[in-house]
Amino acid sequence: MIRWFLWLLAGLLLGGIVHFVTILYLPNTATQNAYTKIAAIAPINKVIPLPAPTADKAVVPLMDPAFAAAVCRYDLKESPLKLTTPVSPAYTSVTFYTNKDIAYYAINDRAAGRRTIELDLMTSAQRAELPDDEEIAAADRLIVESPTQTGLIVLRALAPEPGMMPAAVSALSGARCEPVTP
Amino acid sequence: MRLLIGLLLAFAVAASVGLGSTLFALRDGTPFGAFVVGAWTSWPRTGTSDIDPYARALVARSGELPMGAGDGIAFVASKDDKGAPLDGRCDVSVTGVTPQARFWTLTLYEPDGKMVGNALDRHGFTSQEIVRNSEGLIDIAVAPRARSGNWLPTGGVNRYILVMRFYDSPISAASRTGRETPMPSIKVTKCP
Repeated sequence: MIRWFLWLLAGLLLGGIVHFVTILYLPNTATQNAYTKIAAIAPINKVIPLPAPTADKAVVPLMDPAFAAAVCRYDLKESPLKLTTPVSPAYTSVTFYTNKDIAYYAINDRAAGRRTIELDLMTSAQRAELPDDEEIAAADRLIVESPTQTGLIVLRALAPEPGMMPAAVSALSGARCEPVTP
Repeated sequence: MRLLIGLLLAFAVAASVGLGSTLFALRDGTPFGAFVVGAWTSWPRTGTSDIDPYARALVARSGELPMGAGDGIAFVASKDDKGAPLDGRCDVSVTGVTPQARFWTLTLYEPDGKMVGNALDRHGFTSQEIVRNSEGLIDIAVAPRARSGNWLPTGGVNRYILVMRFYDSPISAASRTGRETPMPSIKVTKCP
């Protein structure tokens, strides 16, 4: 009798391990995550508008329909990236995601405090390579460190009323993300 | 022979317990770091690199882009104040005060994150569009058929969720007391 109980216990323990391993490994096997879906429509290092979500079709689920959105799929392999975007009349935010859709940094127009949001995106290795004197001058610049080489920058502009959506879309059309040529 | 049966038993238990508990854990949102106010739940750490492994798995599976903490915070309600799942055939009232924020939006989705089709093409409200009552409180009727005032159509779906997002808001990940974040109440007024 004890024998079966011990086998059961072993099974439960193994089950616990299976549970943790599947949870931890799931993001690596996800083929339908947001990064993959956006990578299918977005070229590297270029801002493109994201189609507004409708009941029939949305690029990713749970998009806020009151916002106009644009995305820059980035790859920092060659060089850091410079992002500039005009600020829309009501509310603008910029969120940075790794290629596993973790939002590691976000800033909105009030935190940036200016009429345009301007920042440099680079990997930790690239940041360490910045010349020392440039690092001091860079105290004035906003530098965002990406934990991964690829990822997404999602820009969002609020349309407080449906009639203000064209203004929000137009503000984001002025956004640029470009590799910094050394 | 006994050894073989024992091994098979262990593996069978491991597989069913392991995979079953994984599926169970991913059903209602991560069990860690949930911040609950009434019928509303938010996971503040999901918008940061501090996101826990369960939330990471959920994000990978749903395919959503979580809201960054520097952008704001999202609260999700899938049940009303009494704990009954939100049913699109019933009339539901979202009333009360809202926490401080520069803007907020309230959006209706099916549980998998798709928006619901309706004749008005209205899927949510922003704080600027809402008509408040004389006491400055919001009153939104979430119902299948037209209602006066702020009407959010449900399209008659069986189940839906409400997502309320606060943008540029002082509700931080450190918020622990429900007092700083009074959320509206969700009540069923009439069911067919």
